[in-house]
Amino acid sequence: MQNQKLAKQLMKKSKTARYERFGRLLCLSALLLIMVIVIGIIAFIATKGMSTFMKDHISMKDFFTGTIWNPGAKTPSGHAAVGALPMIVGSFLVTILAAILSTPFAIGTAVYMTEISPKRGAKILQPVTELLVGIPSVVYGFIGLSVVVPFVRNTFGGSGFGILSGTFVLFVMILPTIVSMTVDSLKSVPTYYRQASLALGATKWQTIWKVVLRAASPGILTAVVFGMARAFGEALAVQMVIGNASLMPHNLVSPASTLTSVLTAGMGNTVMGSLQNDALWSLALVLLAMSLFFNLLVHFIGKKGAFSK
Amino acid sequence: MQTIFDTQSNERFIYHFNPEENSIEMQTKDLEISYGKTLAMQHADIQFKKNTITALIGPSGSGKSTFLRALNRMNDDVATVKGQILYQGVNINQPGIDVYEVRRRIGMVFQRPNPFAKSIYDNVTFALQRRGVHNKKVLDEVVETTLKQAAVWDQVKDSLHKSALSLSGGQAQRVCIARVLAVKPDVLLLDEPASALDPVSTSQLEQTLRELKPNYTIIIVTHNMQQAARLSDYTVFFNLGEAIEYNKTRKIFTRPKIQLTDDYVSGNFG
Amino acid sequence: MNRMQKQSQVAMGLLRAIAGFVVLILAFLIGYIFITGLPNISWKFLTSPAKAFSAGGGIGIQLFNSFYLLILAMLISLPIALGASIYLNEYAKDNWFTSTIRTAIEILSSLPSVVVGLFGFLLFVVQYNFGFSIISGALTLTIFNLPLLTRNIEEALASVADDQRQGGLGLGLSKYETIIHIVVPAALPGIISGIILCSGRVFGEAAALIYTAGQSAPALNFADWNPFNIDSPLSPLRPAETLAVHIWKINSEGIMPDLTKVSSGSAAVLVLAILIFNLSARYIGRKVFEKMTSMD
Repeated sequence: MQNQKLAKQLMKKSKTARYERFGRLLCLSALLLIMVIVIGIIAFIATKGMSTFMKDHISMKDFFTGTIWNPGAKTPSGHAAVGALPMIVGSFLVTILAAILSTPFAIGTAVYMTEISPKRGAKILQPVTELLVGIPSVVYGFIGLSVVVPFVRNTFGGSGFGILSGTFVLFVMILPTIVSMTVDSLKSVPTYYRQASLALGATKWQTIWKVVLRAASPGILTAVVFGMARAFGEALAVQMVIGNASLMPHNLVSPASTLTSVLTAGMGNTVMGSLQNDALWSLALVLLAMSLFFNLLVHFIGKKGAFSK
Repeated sequence: MQTIFDTQSNERFIYHFNPEENSIEMQTKDLEISYGKTLAMQHADIQFKKNTITALIGPSGSGKSTFLRALNRMNDDVATVKGQILYQGVNINQPGIDVYEVRRRIGMVFQRPNPFAKSIYDNVTFALQRRGVHNKKVLDEVVETTLKQAAVWDQVKDSLHKSALSLSGGQAQRVCIARVLAVKPDVLLLDEPASALDPVSTSQLEQTLRELKPNYTIIIVTHNMQQAARLSDYTVFFNLGEAIEYNKTRKIFTRPKIQLTDDYVSGNFG
Repeated sequence: MNRMQKQSQVAMGLLRAIAGFVVLILAFLIGYIFITGLPNISWKFLTSPAKAFSAGGGIGIQLFNSFYLLILAMLISLPIALGASIYLNEYAKDNWFTSTIRTAIEILSSLPSVVVGLFGFLLFVVQYNFGFSIISGALTLTIFNLPLLTRNIEEALASVADDQRQGGLGLGLSKYETIIHIVVPAALPGIISGIILCSGRVFGEAAALIYTAGQSAPALNFADWNPFNIDSPLSPLRPAETLAVHIWKINSEGIMPDLTKVSSGSAAVLVLAILIFNLSARYIGRKVFEKMTSMD
C-alpha cells in the first residue's frame, strides 16, 4: 500500500537528522571545552597555590600578615619570610587610589557624553575611549616609565617609582572602561525621568545629580568595580613603574610592589616546586580569588539594581 | 491545564469530505496545541483536499498561524502538539517521524520575505545542494523551472548571481516561493505571504498561487478577507483557538452557518 | 538668574572641562607615542633582528612573531568560539546549565591575563613539556581570546533576524545546517568585525606570553619554511618573543643602549597596528555587508 511505503520513508532517520545531531554535539563540546578550561585554571592554580600551606607548612597567618617577603629565608623573629602583606597592600592601594581618582573623571565624561553633548560625545569621546581601551598595557607601562615616573620624581621627590606612579598609570588605563560602562547605564535611564524632573522646575544640574545619576547608580557602581578588577589584575604596566621592592610601602613615592608585579618579575627566577616558587603561586591564588570576588560583586550589584524593563 | 477561553463554543460547523474520497492530502484529528501552560488551539479537526487552496482566517490570536505551523511541525521547539496530523494517511505527529523529510514535503513560506544572504541562484538551489544535488545542469534547470513557476524568472534571470537581499519585497517573496518549490513539496503552507507586499505584488502573488494549484495543495493564512474570498476554494474560520466553521469559501462568505463567522466576515469584529 | 541656575551653569562648565581633560589625555598619549616613536621607524628597524647589548637593533623577528602568534591563536580559537557561541545563541535553553556556563565564560573574561599566562605556563610549558614556544603561546592566547571572541560572535548571531532561521527550517534543513549555511553567513559582517577587534587585543597582549611564548627571539632563517626545523620561522617549538613582550623586557632589563628609541619605535608600531585593526574592523564589516546586499 502506498501509505506504508510513505510511512517507511518518513520514519527513516534521514542524513539531515544525523547531521543535526552531529552539529549540535560539536557545538556543545566547544562550549564544554571552555567550561573545562575555566575549571582547569581554577583547580590548577588553587592546587599550586595551596601547596605553600599544605606542603611547605607555612601558616596562613604568616602569609597574610607577614611583612617580610624573602621566601626560603627566615625573618629576624624566626618565622618563614613569606609575608605577602606588602604586595597585598600594594595591590589594594594602587587599585583603590586609581578608582578614587578615575571615578569622578569617568562619571563627568560619561555625563558629558550622554546629558550635555550627545553629538560630540558620539563623534569624539566615543572613539577616544575605544582607542584608549585598545592601547596595550605595555605601551601604558612604557609611557609611565618615560613620562609619569620622571614627573613624579621631579614633583614629589624620591625615585619616582612607587604607588603614586602606579596609580597614575592605572588611572588612565581604567578610565575608558569605567566611562563606557557608565555611559551604558546612563543611557538606560528612561528619558521621561529627565523630562519629569525638568518639568518640575529642576535645573539641568539638579536633574543630573539627583535623578539621572541616582537612577543609574547601580550601573555606575558596576562600572567602578569592573575598573577596579582591571586595575587589580593589571600586571606589566604597573610592574614597570612601581619599583618592585617587596617592602611595605612607607609613602606613595617609595618603591613598592603588587601581587602581579612580584609574579611577573619572580616566576622566571624560581625553580618549580621550591618554596620560593610555591609562594609565588600562592600570590597567584590570591589574585585569582580577588578576581572571582570582583565577579561576585558585579553579579550581586547587577541583581539588586537591574532596571526593570 | 489552564485555558485561555471563556466559553466552550458548541456552535461549530466543520465540513467533512466523503470518507470514500481518496483526495484528502492532509488532515488533523483532535489537534491540541499549547505553549507552556497556555492552550492555543484545541479540537482542530480539519481536512485539506488535494490540489485546492484553503484559506485560514480569523482575528489575531485566533490560533490560525499556530495551527499552520503545526502542520509541518515548525512549532516543535516552542509548542506541545497533541493529536494526529495525517499527511497522505500517515500520522506525522508521532515519535520516530523525520521532521526534516516532513518539512521538505510540506514547505512553508513566511509572512515577511526572508531571502538568505546569498545569490538568487543559491537561494533557490541551496536546499538541494545540501541534499547532495550538485549537478550544475540539474540545478540550472530547477532554478529556471521554479522561478518560472513563481512568476519571477523574467525579472531576475539576468541577475541570478546577485544578492537576493537586494530584491524588492514582491520579488523576494516569489524567490522564497521558488526556493520552497525547488525541494519538490506536495503541500505549500503560506503564513500571510502578502502582508508585507504592495497591492500590485499581492495580486501577482495570488495569480501565482492559482497557477500552482493544479500541482500542489495550498494552505494559506490571511488577514485579508477579500484575498481569502478571491483566492481559496475552502475556508476555515478560527476564533479563540478553535476552528469555528469550515466550508466551501463561497458558502463562508455568502451564507455562513455560524453567527460568529457572519460577524467576522462582515466586519463586525476582528 | 537665581542661585540654582548659577550652580547648574558652574556644574555644566566643570563637566565640560572634565570631558575636555580626558580628550587631552588621549591626545597627549597618541601624540607622545607617535611623535617620539615614528621618527625611529624605518624599513631597517622593522626588518632587522634585535640587538641586546648594542645600539641599532630592529624588531623584525618580534614583529613576525606577533603576527604568527596572532594568526595561530585565531585559527585555534575561531572554531571553538564559533561552536560555543552557536550553542549559546541557538540551542541553549534558559536553565541552570546555560547560566553556569555563561558565568564561567564571564569569569574567564575577567581573569587577569597574567593568571591566564601562569596557567598556560603550568599546563603547556611544564606539564606538556612544550617549553617556551610558539605553540605554548598560541594556546595560551587562545584561552585569553576565547571569552571575548565568543561573546562578539554571539552578538553577531543574535542580530540575525529570526525569519532567516525559519526560512531554512521551512525547507526541511536541519537547524545546524540552517545555522552554519544561513545564519552564520548573514552574521558575517558582525563576526568579521568581532574577529578583527579581538585581534587588536591579542596583538598587544604581553602578560599572558612572558611565561609561555618566552622572552627570547632567536635568529630565524627566513629561507627555511619547513616547520620541523627549529630555526624556521614556522617552527612551533621555538621560543618567540613578541613585540609587546619586547617592549616590556628591554625596559625591565634596561641594558640596551638605545632602549628608549627602540621602545618608542616599537610602541608606535604596536599602537599603529591596533589603530589599523580598529579602523578596519568597522570598514571591512561595512564593506562585507554592502557586498552581501548590493546588486553588483
